[in-house]
Amino acid sequence: MNKIEVEDLNVYFGDNHVLKDVNIEIPKNNVTALIGPSGCGKSTFIRTVNRMNDLIPSFRHEGNVLLDGVDVYNHKMDVVDLRKKVGMVFQKPNPFPKSIFENVAYGLRIHGINDNDSLSARVEEALRSAALWDEVEDKLENSAMGLSGGQQQRLCIARTIANNPKVILMDEPCSALDPISTTKIEDLIHKLKRDYTIIIVTHNMQQATRVSKYTSFFLNGEIIESNLTDKIFIDPQNKKTEDYITGRFG
Amino acid sequence: MDKNRINEFLIEKGLFITAIFSIMVIFVIILFILMEGLPAFEEYGFFNFLFGLAWSPNHGEYGVFAMIIGSLCVTLLSLLMAVPLSLLCAIFMAEVAPNNIRKILKPVVETLSGIPSVVYGFFGLIVLVPFLRESFGGTGFSMFAASLILTVMVLPTIISISQDSLRAVPHEYREASFGLGATNWQTIKNIVFPAALPGIVTAIILGMGRAIGETLAVIMVVGNVVQIPSSIFDPVRTLTANIAIEMGYATGLHYNALFGTAIVLFLIIMILLLVANYIRYKYKVDIGGGYL
Repeated sequence: MNKIEVEDLNVYFGDNHVLKDVNIEIPKNNVTALIGPSGCGKSTFIRTVNRMNDLIPSFRHEGNVLLDGVDVYNHKMDVVDLRKKVGMVFQKPNPFPKSIFENVAYGLRIHGINDNDSLSARVEEALRSAALWDEVEDKLENSAMGLSGGQQQRLCIARTIANNPKVILMDEPCSALDPISTTKIEDLIHKLKRDYTIIIVTHNMQQATRVSKYTSFFLNGEIIESNLTDKIFIDPQNKKTEDYITGRFG
Repeated sequence: MDKNRINEFLIEKGLFITAIFSIMVIFVIILFILMEGLPAFEEYGFFNFLFGLAWSPNHGEYGVFAMIIGSLCVTLLSLLMAVPLSLLCAIFMAEVAPNNIRKILKPVVETLSGIPSVVYGFFGLIVLVPFLRESFGGTGFSMFAASLILTVMVLPTIISISQDSLRAVPHEYREASFGLGATNWQTIKNIVFPAALPGIVTAIILGMGRAIGETLAVIMVVGNVVQIPSSIFDPVRTLTANIAIEMGYATGLHYNALFGTAIVLFLIIMILLLVANYIRYKYKVDIGGGYL
C-alpha cells in the first residue's frame, strides 16, 4: 500500500527547472532511500512533500503530491497539519537552544498540549522511541547543546516523532555524524519503520542498502530508476544507475 | 630577520599602540573629571551632594538628587515607549517583511540616527511643546515632551541592533520549527526571539545610554526646572542639561559641582552597563560552539 504517490511533479525555482516529471510511489511503513549526486534534486523532492519549499519565494510546482490520496498542495490543505503529519529530520542536527525536555515538548506545545503530566509522558515516550531516554533521563533540564552530535540528531528524531507523524523525511541525517552515531541512527531507523513511513536521502550507498527496502536514483532532477533496493544494487536496469552505484561518476 | 617578520612585528606593535592610545584617552578623561569633580564632594559632602534636594549655586547649595530623578524619569519614560515600538519594528523588519520592503526600511531607520540632535530639539520646540501646551495645559515644556523626542532618537539604535541579532539567529532553528508545524509567529515568539534576547538586551541598554546621555534636544524641550516631578507634564532638569546650561559661567565650587554632576552621570551609566552585562551573561544562549 502506498503512503505517498507523486504524479508528474515538476519543480522550479525561478527559471531553474529543478525536478522534472518525477513519478514515485512511497510504500507505507517502509524505508525508501533516495540516492544520487549532489544537486540532483533529492532534498528539493523531500522538501516538496512537507511543503518546506513554500518558504522560498521563487518556488513553483506542477503535478500532484498525494499523501493518503490527498494532494498536499490543494488549497484546503493546512500546512501546519501537514507538517505535523510529515515530520522532518535535517542534515545538520539542529536542536533548539533550549533544554532537552523543551526540545521534545516544543512540537506538542505549539499544537496545544500544555498539561504537564501528558507532556512528561509524551516526551519520555518520544525519547524512548528515539533510543535516547537512557542517556538523558537524569538531565532533561540541561541544554540540548551539551549533547554530542549523534545524541542531538536522535533528539531531533525524538522531537519529530513526539508529534506523532505518519511520515518521517530524513535529509542525510548521518552525514555530520561519526560511524558509531551513524550505526545508532540506522538501528533506530530499522525500529521506526514499523510505525512510520520513512524517506531517507543519503549519499552513502552502503547506508541505502543497510536501511532501505526501496531505492530511487535521482540524476539532474529526474528519477532514473526506482526499485527494490536489492534489485537496484545487484541488478540495475539503467546504465546510468550502474555507473553511479559502481562509483564511475558522481 | 626576514622582511615578513619585520612587517608582522611593525603591524603588531602599530595595532597595539593604536589600541593603547584609545584606552589612554578614555582614562585621561575619567581622571580629569575625577580631579575636577572630587573637590565638590569633599567640600559639600558626598551624601549631601547626591541626595540634596536644593541646587542653588548662588546660595552655595549643590544637591543633584532632583536631577538624578529627572534623568532617570525622562530615560525610563522614553524607553517605556521606545522598547515595544522598536522591538515590534525590528521583528517586522527581520522576520516578516518581504525583501523589497526591508530594503527600503533599513536605510530609513539608519537615516533617523543620522539626524543631528539639535534638529530633533528644534522640532520638539516648534511642534511638540505648543501641541502639549494646547492639549494638556501648562507650558508644554515637560518631562513628557523630552521623553517623546528621546523615544524617536533611540528608535534607530534599538531597531538596528535588535534586528541584527534577530537575523543572526541560525536559519536551522527556523526550519526546525516550521518543520514541526509551527506558524511564523510561534517560531518568532518561541524560538527566534528568545535566541536573540541577549543581543536585544544590549540594544536596549545602548538605547538607554543614548537617552540618558542626550543633552541638547532635551534642554530645548524639558523646561530645566530643578524639581522632583509630580506628573509627566512637569518640567524637570536632567544631569546632562545641568552641566551644559551652567558650565559657561561657573567658577570655584560651582565649577567643581558641575564636574561632580558628571561623575554621578558616569556612575549611573557604569551601573547600567554592569546590569546589562550581567543580564547578557545570565541569558546567554548556547548555539553550539559559540554564544549569541
